[in-house]
Amino acid sequence: MEIQERAGERTLSLVFSGEMDHHGIRDALRRVELAVDAALPRMLTLDFSGVTFMDSSGIALILRAQQRMQSLDGGMVLCNVPQQARRVLEAAGINRLVTMRN
Amino acid sequence: MKQTPVNEVKLEFPSRSSNEGFARGTVACFAAQMDPTLSELEDIKTAVSEGVTNAILHAYPDTIGTVSLKIRILQGNLLEITVRDRGRGIADVEQARQPMFTTGGEERSGMGFTIMESFMDSVSVRSTPGRGTTVVMKKRLSEKSRERA
Repeated sequence: MEIQERAGERTLSLVFSGEMDHHGIRDALRRVELAVDAALPRMLTLDFSGVTFMDSSGIALILRAQQRMQSLDGGMVLCNVPQQARRVLEAAGINRLVTMRN
Repeated sequence: MKQTPVNEVKLEFPSRSSNEGFARGTVACFAAQMDPTLSELEDIKTAVSEGVTNAILHAYPDTIGTVSLKIRILQGNLLEITVRDRGRGIADVEQARQPMFTTGGEERSGMGFTIMESFMDSVSVRSTPGRGTTVVMKKRLSEKSRERA
């Protein structure tokens, strides 16, 4: 799983690509945490445009990032979520807990 | 009544997380002969990923054990997937199936069974602590190719 970081003025965008399963998120969880702690953004964007597959492991990553941003009094948005990942989020009801945009 | 499968495949692999992608890819390849829609194929891959990840992570938390995968195509375009392990088992299956319940810590969301249930027509779980767990998932695929013919 690849993660590209794009830091702006108190914003951080993380662009994910690859398969977001339990194997794929093992390193990703820590890398998201390190990137957020280094940038301390007001707004975190998780860009899923390159995610070719996602299972419930992705939910753990999203919820953990959201908790981290809440503890920093910041916001988080999820964007460019492919159809398959979107259906996983909907099945788990996570689409009601996070902000998603195209 | 016991059904004779139209086709079936069985495989075994060690409980390494790198095999999660292999398992769902294999099931998708085998199910391709049923002429599934793209969304059916994605549902199947996602459910297999959840079942196999459970076996890898929860059945064998500190060791590498064997995960067995059986894929059967039954009459009526019915796909049956069995994921079996000989690991530590689940003491309370009902609790394990509850949304958000997990013993996997922060890496897990506790949504695995919820997703399997949502993407497959039926999911049954048999488990004996210390002996292992068997998850059987079934999904009837649309018969779009036959409708077209």
